[in-house]
Amino acid sequence: MAARIQIPRQAKRGEVIEVRILIQHPMETGYRHDDVGHLIKRNVITVLSCRYNGVEVFRADLSSGISANPYVQFYTVAQASGDLEFTWIDDEGERGSERQSIVVKG
Amino acid sequence: MRRARARLALAAAALAAGVVLAQERAIPPGELKSGSVFLGSDLRALQNDDFANPGMLWVERGERLWSELAGKKTLACASCHKDTSMRGVAASYPKIDKASGKLVNLEDRINLCRTGRMDAEPLRYESEELLALTAYVARQSLGLPIATRIDGAARAHFEAGRAAYHLRRGQMNLSCAHCHDAQWGKRLLSETISQGHPNAYPAYRMEWQTIGSLQRRIRACLSGIRAEMLPYGSPEYLDLELYLAWRAQGLPIETPGVRR
Ligand code: HEC
Ligand code: HEC
Repeated sequence: MAARIQIPRQAKRGEVIEVRILIQHPMETGYRHDDVGHLIKRNVITVLSCRYNGVEVFRADLSSGISANPYVQFYTVAQASGDLEFTWIDDEGERGSERQSIVVKG
Repeated sequence: MRRARARLALAAAALAAGVVLAQERAIPPGELKSGSVFLGSDLRALQNDDFANPGMLWVERGERLWSELAGKKTLACASCHKDTSMRGVAASYPKIDKASGKLVNLEDRINLCRTGRMDAEPLRYESEELLALTAYVARQSLGLPIATRIDGAARAHFEAGRAAYHLRRGQMNLSCAHCHDAQWGKRLLSETISQGHPNAYPAYRMEWQTIGSLQRRIRACLSGIRAEMLPYGSPEYLDLELYLAWRAQGLPIETPGVRR
C-alpha cells in the first residue's frame, strides 16, 4: 500500500505545520456487487494514526463511505527534529506505514 | 516563366490545402478548451494540487517501475533511457512506429520496449503497471502542447479516425461530434459536456475511483450512447486517438487529470 506524505522539511520550534497524507487504497464500501452479482466484501482502512517522535499526535477512525485513495490533512506543532510516522490498518488486517523526517530549529 | 507558373500553382495548392485543413476544424485553435475548464472549482483545484491529486499515486508508482529490472534481459527502462529523456514524448503520440510502420499510442510504445528490447511480457491494457508507466511518462510533458503528426503513413489513420469520430452509432444514433463539437458547454444530466480532448489522460476519475486510460474514457462514452464497445487496443480506437490529438493540437498536457 503506497502513500505520499507532505510536511515541511524544516520548521521553527513552536511553528504550526501542515501535514498531508494520501494513501492508495480501494476503500471498498461493502455495498457493491461484482459482475456476477456477488457482494464485494467491505475493505476500508479503519484506523489511521500519526506519531511524532513516538507520540501519537493524530488518529482517525475511517469507515465505509470515504472515497478510494483517502486524503487527510491536519496541523500539528513542530516540537523537535525527528520523524512523523503514519500507520494504518484495513478490514483485511493489512497494515501500511510511511514516515517522513523534519528538522526543527530554534 | 513556366517555372514561375509552377510555383504559383504550388502556392495555390498549398493555400487550398491550408483552407481545407482550417475548415475541417470544428473548434478553431483559439477556442480550444481543456476538459478541466468545465469542471467544478473543487476538482480543478485537486488536479492542480501536485500533492493531493490522486493520480500522482500512479505517477509515483511509474517512477519506481521505471528503474525496476524486468524481462529475460534483466533491464529497466532506466537502463536505456535517461530520466529526463521523456519530456515532450507523450505530446507527440499516437505516432507511427518506424520499425513496424504501425500506428501506436503511448501504452503500445511502452509495451514495444518491453517485448522488443527487454524480452518481457507486454503489460495488459488498464493494468496498474501500464497505467502507472504511461502516467509517469506523460507527466513529463506537463504543460507542453500536443503536437502529433498526420502526414505520411499517419494520414490514412487520421482519415479513418475522422470517419470514426463522425460516425453515428448506438441506440442513440449519435456521433462523437454531436456532443463534443456541437454541444460542448451544455449540460448532460449532472455533467457539462467538454470538447472531448485527450490531453489529461491517463486521468483519475471520481466515478471510477481510480485512474484510467483514454480508451477507457472513450468506452464510457460509447456505453453512454449504448453503442458497441470494442476491445482495448483495437485499431479503431488508435485512429480515434490520433484524430482526437489532432483536434486538440496545441492544448497543453495535463496528465494526470482529475475528472468527475
Ligand atoms: C451523448 C454525448 C456524448 C457522446 C456522443 C460522446 N461523448 Fe465523450 N463525453 C461525454 C461526457 C458527458 C463526458 C464527460 C464530461 C466531459 O469531460 O466532457 C465525455 C468525455 C469525453 C472525453 C474526456 C474529456 C476530458 O477532458 O476528460 C473524451 C476524450 C471523449 N468524451 C471522447 C469521445 C469520443 C471519442 C466519442 C465518440 C466515440 C464521444 N466522446 C462521444 C459525452 C459524450
Ligand atoms: C534496451 C534498451 C531499452 C529499454 C530497456 C527500454 N527502451 Fe524504450 N526505447 C529504446 C529505443 C532504442 C527507443 C527508440 C525507438 C525505437 O525503438 O525504435 C525507445 C523508445 C521509447 C519510447 C518512445 C520515445 C519517442 O520519442 O517516441 C518510449 C515512450 C519508451 N521507449 C519507453 C520505455 C519504457 C517505459 C521502458 C521500460 C518499460 C523502456 N522504454 C525500456 C530502448 C529501450
